Amino acid sequence: MADRVGIVAVAQTKFDQKREEHLTETLVHVTKDVMGQTGLEFKDDGTGIDSTVVASQDYFGGPGGIHMHYAYTVGAYRRPDERVEEDGAFAVAYGAMQILSGHHDVVLVVGHIKESVCSKNQVENLGLDHIYGRKIGLDFVAAAGMQAMRYQHKYGITPEQCAKVVVKNRTNGKNNPLVMYANGITVEDVLKSEMVADPIRVQEAKPVPVDGAVAMILACEDKAKKLTNKPVWITGMGMCYDHHELGYRDLADCDSLVSAAQMAYKMAGIKEPAKELNLAEVSDHYAYQELLWSEGLGLCGKGEGGKLIDKGTTSMGGELPVNPSGGLLCGVPLIVAGMQRVAECVLQLRGEAGGRQVSGAKTALAHGVEGPAGQLHCVITLEK
Amino acid sequence: MTEQSLQEEPLVVRGKLEIPYKQFVGSVASKFLIEIRDNKKIFGMRCPECNRVYVPSRSICPKCMCRMDEWVEVSDRGTVLTYTVVNYKEPTHPVEPPFVYGIIQLDGADTGIVHFIAGVDPEELKVGLRVQAVFKAERQGSMLDIKHFKPL
Repeated sequence: MADRVGIVAVAQTKFDQKREEHLTETLVHVTKDVMGQTGLEFKDDGTGIDSTVVASQDYFGGPGGIHMHYAYTVGAYRRPDERVEEDGAFAVAYGAMQILSGHHDVVLVVGHIKESVCSKNQVENLGLDHIYGRKIGLDFVAAAGMQAMRYQHKYGITPEQCAKVVVKNRTNGKNNPLVMYANGITVEDVLKSEMVADPIRVQEAKPVPVDGAVAMILACEDKAKKLTNKPVWITGMGMCYDHHELGYRDLADCDSLVSAAQMAYKMAGIKEPAKELNLAEVSDHYAYQELLWSEGLGLCGKGEGGKLIDKGTTSMGGELPVNPSGGLLCGVPLIVAGMQRVAECVLQLRGEAGGRQVSGAKTALAHGVEGPAGQLHCVITLEK
Repeated sequence: MTEQSLQEEPLVVRGKLEIPYKQFVGSVASKFLIEIRDNKKIFGMRCPECNRVYVPSRSICPKCMCRMDEWVEVSDRGTVLTYTVVNYKEPTHPVEPPFVYGIIQLDGADTGIVHFIAGVDPEELKVGLRVQAVFKAERQGSMLDIKHFKPL
């Protein structure tokens, strides 16, 4: 069994609308990038990339057949190639497990989505069960609306506090050349924007559609050290699912995230995450989620997500910057979302995050989420 | 290829996926939906281990993993746990926006059911609102046999 898993290379596309670029071109772009950084090729003699793990969403394949594109395009066929129909953070964890189990030494992990292919809301309606939720037309936006309402009601989180998340992240994003939706929006602008699903306004939701891809190479400890002089180590991983039936859980409490985080912290030996982590990249599909997920991750107490943003703890220059990259609110596709959180943490820990660099960052946390109202979560902790 | 043809808009393939499907809803959901259709009654399942009553009903308690077989009639009245006003339009919506989804805990149930809330002024909508199920006149054995929940 391998000791540690290191991330030795990451690549991201620009996150925009790639209507005039075929998916295969996007995939080649990020794959060649990480292969170029490491000099690795697809080999079956243990001297190159041993396997691939690819996260995407079949309905965005045209629809169907999304997973046919990767292996043949990049020449990774006739070898292990796993497919993940979940947020990309899970794909990173599964890739790391292939190494920790001793099956493979070097794994290429890719996440890709073209949201511009079809309707995200219609696809997410299929994420509900066919007897109850799907029949009434429910989708993830409406589910998030009900979660935000419950969260604000139970813990007194205010619309202003949620709007502040948008302002913080859109401002942070100005230092990220890969995102399209960074701007100087104000709390007032957010609160005046159109209501989508009460209390969520259009400026509080991840912009849609956005296309893009992320790739990274994971390696066992001894190979990681040879492949780069700046390996970033995965120290902890945790995943947890909750029931998909929204009424079976209290949406104001993200119990499955608490469990996922505890699992990751136990593996990493982290006892006080708020003190021990230098930054976090959290999946803010909607503004309220950054606050709620921060609670679930133990970055603050239960119901204290609002105070966290008020105090400036999570701003750049604060004690624990959250989403220095600008987060998903600056426009990152679903599925790619969680893997891009990992990629940003890697850049931070390598000291290569440019204008969004958190100075002296040694430890980081990446979070991915999937399903209606945060049904399932993946937490990955990293260190340099 | 001439320079002119390269400047033309790239071709797109358009399609629409429509795959008819039918799926057995299982004996538990069948009874749940048939009671609504035939008797305008809402039933939950009680877990023999933890005693929780699940509405909408399922055969397995997700907490105890044991099979549930005790049917419990719950009230058609309940309390709104949360809600949202939907202001966007999708072909998946059975009703026109703006409309309201809510999670309603029926009296006698330990869980909430997601459905529409209607016949309510926006100012009146709140967590804790008491509501009652309104059944459709023509019922076909689906979740939509409940038209919506209205304020009491």
